[in-house]
Amino acid sequence: MPDSSPQTSTPPVKKDEQAFEPVEIPLRDPWLAAFLALLLPGLGHYYQGRLKKAVLYFVTIMTIFCTGVYLAGSSEVGWGRCVYVSFRMGDQRLHFLCQMWVGLPVLPAVLQYLHDSSGHQPLWGSSFMAPPLISAEPRDPQDLAPPFTVHTLNKRLHRYFDLGTVYTMMAGLLNLLVIFDAFAGPVIFESGSTSEEEARRGGDEAAAA
Amino acid sequence: MLGFEWERIWTNDLWFAVPLIVAMSLVYAATRHEDLGAIFRHAVRVARWIVLFLVVLWGLLFLMSWFQ
Repeated sequence: MPDSSPQTSTPPVKKDEQAFEPVEIPLRDPWLAAFLALLLPGLGHYYQGRLKKAVLYFVTIMTIFCTGVYLAGSSEVGWGRCVYVSFRMGDQRLHFLCQMWVGLPVLPAVLQYLHDSSGHQPLWGSSFMAPPLISAEPRDPQDLAPPFTVHTLNKRLHRYFDLGTVYTMMAGLLNLLVIFDAFAGPVIFESGSTSEEEARRGGDEAAAA
Repeated sequence: MLGFEWERIWTNDLWFAVPLIVAMSLVYAATRHEDLGAIFRHAVRVARWIVLFLVVLWGLLFLMSWFQ
């Protein structure tokens, strides 16, 4: 029978490199916490009662994710055009393998992909996170309205398409660290000042003697 | 007139790196500590290292372009 008692990170982690008193961190169910962290940055920590870190993670990661979505879009071409799923011939969007770790915020991209695969127009009547058209022609006469081709997106958004891609990829990769933190607690940090601290303590003891 | 072009500094695309450096430093530091004070102190150190790395990289590229 599996043990349902709440878990704590073992061995005890250090609260601070300057304060060497170990502190127990209640991880509750680490698998559930990791899953919640995968759904939304900070949600796993909120479940564990680590509220400050939950807020820090959520604000930090969602800020750069939303900034990326804003950068790679406009009212003309649609918003969040750098976040989309596409594994078609001629447009293998491998960047999404990094972006997807943000969790639910990239769900619209998955829904748009599934909708697009069945040959329908983009969902919600907008090209938000919708995969672009694929065109073999440099100047496709059909490429005059959203969702546009990748070529047109790059042309109209200039460098902001790539900047948005980098921002959203970083958000996804950083949430990977957050998922591990929710699962196993903070990495035990052996500060470089440990030996200095011990040397200072040794010096104090010698002076006292 | 050869003046320092402030306009080019404020409109430089390198400013887009600042939010990323801040986010990376904070998240990385937060995976090493529980205490917010320790997280912020560690984040400052990490950010310093990232900026130093970028400056060294910029210097190398600048030298390479100089001898091109």
